[in-house]
Amino acid sequence: MTEEIIIAGFGGQGVLSMGKILTYSGLMQGQEVSWMPSYGPEMRGGTSNVTAIISDERISSPILTQYDTAIILNQQSMDKFESMVKKGGTLLYDPNGITRHPERTDINIYKVEATKIATEMGNAKVFNMVVLGAYLKIKPIVKMENVVKGLKKSIPARNHKLLPLNEEAIGKGMNALEKA
Amino acid sequence: MEKELRLMKGNEAIAEAAIRVGADAYFGYPITPQSEVIEYLMSEKPYERTGMVVLQAESEVAAINMIYGAAACGRMSMTSSSSPGISLKQEGISYIAGAELPCLILNVVRGGPGLGTIQPSQSDYFQSTKGGGHGDYRLIVLAPASVQEMYDFVELGFDLAFKYRNPVMIQSDGIIGQMMEKVEIGEQKQRRSPEEIIKQCPWATTGKPESRERNIITSLDLVAAKQEEFNLKLIKKYEEVKEKEVRYELINCDDAEYIIVAYGSSSRLSMKAMDILRAKGIKVGILRLITLFPFPTKIIAELTERVKGFLAVEMSAGQMVEDVRLAVQFKKPVEHFGRLGGVIPSPEEIVEALEQKIIGG
Repeated sequence: MTEEIIIAGFGGQGVLSMGKILTYSGLMQGQEVSWMPSYGPEMRGGTSNVTAIISDERISSPILTQYDTAIILNQQSMDKFESMVKKGGTLLYDPNGITRHPERTDINIYKVEATKIATEMGNAKVFNMVVLGAYLKIKPIVKMENVVKGLKKSIPARNHKLLPLNEEAIGKGMNALEKA
Repeated sequence: MEKELRLMKGNEAIAEAAIRVGADAYFGYPITPQSEVIEYLMSEKPYERTGMVVLQAESEVAAINMIYGAAACGRMSMTSSSSPGISLKQEGISYIAGAELPCLILNVVRGGPGLGTIQPSQSDYFQSTKGGGHGDYRLIVLAPASVQEMYDFVELGFDLAFKYRNPVMIQSDGIIGQMMEKVEIGEQKQRRSPEEIIKQCPWATTGKPESRERNIITSLDLVAAKQEEFNLKLIKKYEEVKEKEVRYELINCDDAEYIIVAYGSSSRLSMKAMDILRAKGIKVGILRLITLFPFPTKIIAELTERVKGFLAVEMSAGQMVEDVRLAVQFKKPVEHFGRLGGVIPSPEEIVEALEQKIIGG
């Protein structure tokens, strides 16, 4: 099994930390993982993306041009990455702020109202965990117990009191997944 | 004991490794894409964990001269920077090589020349392997291709530096520095005691006892004949390094008709290209360089006898390819492919380059 994912959105949406939690979860169940962020000037312009790979085998390139899954959280990222999903692959997005919805018919497209759910939960910061939940509903490549371990490793100890809230957000994201 | 696994950036792994192997000092100055090295060291406070000194110098030039001083005292010291900062350090590196001192220098390469870009590049190959500073000297140059190797090459680098009394460079790039992967963390080693340093480094300026003459650390000799004698001694050392320290990895080379020669992140991109090519039935293997100096000339000469051609993949205008050509001796085609200025080639572009330049060429 190899899953090659691009997660893309605005800086501050928790794109990088979502990728980190996902890859740490893979590490916790003994898989090979890589996490490669954008760190160039585009990052300084507000957009942010990370390539996350989880595999049973040694990982070759940490940087890709085609993905099994694209998790898209703003319009710029939709414009850039929709065409880079492999045929038969998966595109997950939050429709909030999206003016041009995905148009491809040869991939599986899903939606999650993550911005709305995070707002309802009263904590915009759990947005990325709602998205992660929706993704794990589509592709349960990591076990929930390992996601919890990944969360613990990724979040500084002083914030561990927020673990239940993050787990709740993951659960809400799982329930809110819609096929587009 | 269960192995400790962590998800870390290459830059963080190298910093943690420096603490774990018992390094005495780090001197550096921040620059993208390697500022996490000093950032991590400052947050980990190794001066409280092991007594290791971490100091942000006022400049790159100051940092490399602090290394010169620490190394003269037999201390295990490391500095790190990225391309423009490494250029600033060249005078100091030449002096350290000329004084035959051990140290570890990390270059997380970015696009150049000049300030260039902050994105990944491999355009410092000539600078690392051919002598970026003045005079007839060589660095031992290690090229990590994973975060684990960023970690492991700290211990290897210090071992080689002290064995040969020579500066060792780890030439990484923005991809390996910035990416996170699984790292197996080693046990914490004790820093050497002053007595152990005196025993291991009888040449060091550790205080003059009655029993010997003063140790003098210098790279100056005004008598040409004596300087030549010293140069010949250095050459002999580099020949020994070439004989004993060549390191590389052969990936799918047994049945290969074509060989991609690559190092660091380019070798990772090339592995993906190799998978695509093998799926098409094209027998491609990879020679991944682990040491850039010493260069694996012998294995390339051996491969030349049984393959149809070589593609050198590097994120430069064509630097390593010159050493590949020297090893192949015009017996088989050798072509270069790379993207420049911080642009990362895609595996598909590498596939196309091999098909057009070598197979079709």
